[in-house]
Amino acid sequence: MAKITFITSSNEKITVAATEGSVMELAVNNNVQGIDGDCGGVCSCATCHVFVAPEDVDKVGVASEIETDMLELADDANEYSRLCCQIPVTDAIDNVVFTVAK
Amino acid sequence: MCTSKDICVIIGASHAGVNTAFNLRKEKWLGKIILIDADPELPYHRPPLSKTYLTANTSTTNLLKPVESYKKDNITLLLGKKVTRLDAVNRCLFLDNETKIYYTKLVLATGAKPIIPTIEGLKETASYFCLRTAADIVAIKESYNASKTKKVVIIGGGYIGLETAASLKKIGAEVVVLERESRILKRVATAVISDFFRDLHTQNGVQILENKEVSKVENTLENGVKVTKVHCTDASYFTAEVLILGVGVVPNKKLAKQAGLKLKNGISVANTGETSNLNIYAVGDCAYHYNLHYKTYVRLESVQNAVDQSKIIAANICGNPLMYNTIPWFWSDQYNVKLQIVGLAENYTDYIVREEQDKENVISVWYFNNDELLAVNAINHTKAYVIGTKFIKESKKIAKEKLADTSIPLSKDIAVVN
Ligand SMILES: Cc1cc2nc3c(=O)[nH]c(=O)nc-3n(C[C@H](O)[C@H](O)[C@H](O)COP(=O)(O)OP(=O)(O)OC[C@H]3O[C@@H](n4cnc5c(N)ncnc54)[C@H](O)[C@@H]3O)c2cc1C
Ligand code: FES
Repeated sequence: MAKITFITSSNEKITVAATEGSVMELAVNNNVQGIDGDCGGVCSCATCHVFVAPEDVDKVGVASEIETDMLELADDANEYSRLCCQIPVTDAIDNVVFTVAK
Repeated sequence: MCTSKDICVIIGASHAGVNTAFNLRKEKWLGKIILIDADPELPYHRPPLSKTYLTANTSTTNLLKPVESYKKDNITLLLGKKVTRLDAVNRCLFLDNETKIYYTKLVLATGAKPIIPTIEGLKETASYFCLRTAADIVAIKESYNASKTKKVVIIGGGYIGLETAASLKKIGAEVVVLERESRILKRVATAVISDFFRDLHTQNGVQILENKEVSKVENTLENGVKVTKVHCTDASYFTAEVLILGVGVVPNKKLAKQAGLKLKNGISVANTGETSNLNIYAVGDCAYHYNLHYKTYVRLESVQNAVDQSKIIAANICGNPLMYNTIPWFWSDQYNVKLQIVGLAENYTDYIVREEQDKENVISVWYFNNDELLAVNAINHTKAYVIGTKFIKESKKIAKEKLADTSIPLSKDIAVVN
């Protein structure tokens, strides 16, 4: 079980728990504004862009080559950016905080 | 502009209709939103149907939105209800010839339906499957699981047919794809792409047969197993326990026709999504629209088009004028290969193929109309897709000789500096 917090662009804080699926699915299933997941989670649309809290980067891990390339389509991407459909929900990311990109 | 008394009715609750409903709330539509679909399932993503859904052990679809979201945004979902008649004069429609619903604004998000080709015996055989709805795929899965020979024939080598071939192969099927044209994907891609995917499927043990026009199907017994015999015009034949049709779709225009709307290859819309009736909008696969970048009329079948148009029409319905102006994009996943497409290649004069050095199966095809980059097809090459997207958006000129030279790594530096 992992407890995950999303902070939306309107500063809403949503904390939810899950055991499986991707972080994108978790966000969509909990109405987290700003995460659309239009491609259904196959790293093709870049509508699930989040920023990982700097202290959580080690827990979350790094983006694959495809994901890194796709992130270039997001104007505001930075070193903490991830496409959260590519982050599986596991115990390893318990208590991680994601800020949703605008 | 809108009041709480207004009613927006949306026909079709798939990628286009569902996104329109939620975007209407984002745009502060105050009135009722009624979202209707003949499909009884809670709205789901279609792309996984031919990809992961067939190979997954579960029968749960990927929902577009959880059921709570509809409640939260006060969207009334009427599922399993077909709109049988549209009366644009009195601004009302009928569900299953009974319930009458009035609207202030109407959105036609009716999408497209599979083409059933005229093949002798097909109707009588009745044991064929289409590739459009979750129910179609569930039926394919069940029929496949119950089959003894695991023999599948897919008529049509477009993206969806090929994805389905890959998925079924993965779970052990013996798959034959019959394509009428001289090459698979002919309608949507150049020979380079067709050749790549033909090889990919062949390597994976799927038989891709081109120039194969199916003329007749019939039920028969083979070694005591009930099969369908699929005959081609060249006198060859194939047997299948599961027969799948993937020969394309046609837009659902029936209601639009009843309403007297202007029709072309789809429902004609302005760049605002408005049809020829100012209270009716059309969006997604059914909408024949103008692409500002390519200066051409098109009807597109893609998630991107459905999603992006839904934003535009929701804004316009709420009195916030916005014009549809995007560069289309699309993807297809087969085996472990990812194809990403950006742009419209239709009017290309020439193209450049890049096969990256020292990397297997990392290919991109760049389509030009003289100096203008029109589109990029990227195979396992997201970088090419992303760079191409930016170049097209910015109408950048490209140094073609640099692009063609794979000793130069692909980067933004291939653009010509003005
Ligand atoms: C198997 C498959 C794989 C795909 N893969 C990809 C992909 O990888 N990438 C991509 O970009 N696109 C893909 N697509 C295309 C994409 O799914 C479509 O472009 C998208 O679904 C279009 O959405 P839409 O809402 O416009 O139309 P549709 O999805 O066709 O939805 C229209 C809805 O309207 C309903 N409807 C129609 N008439 C009536 C009526 N009279 N009364 C009530 N309801 C009605 C229908 O039941 C239907 O649910 C795929 C499609 C399929 C089928
Ligand atoms: S959901 Fe499309 S890239 Fe993540």
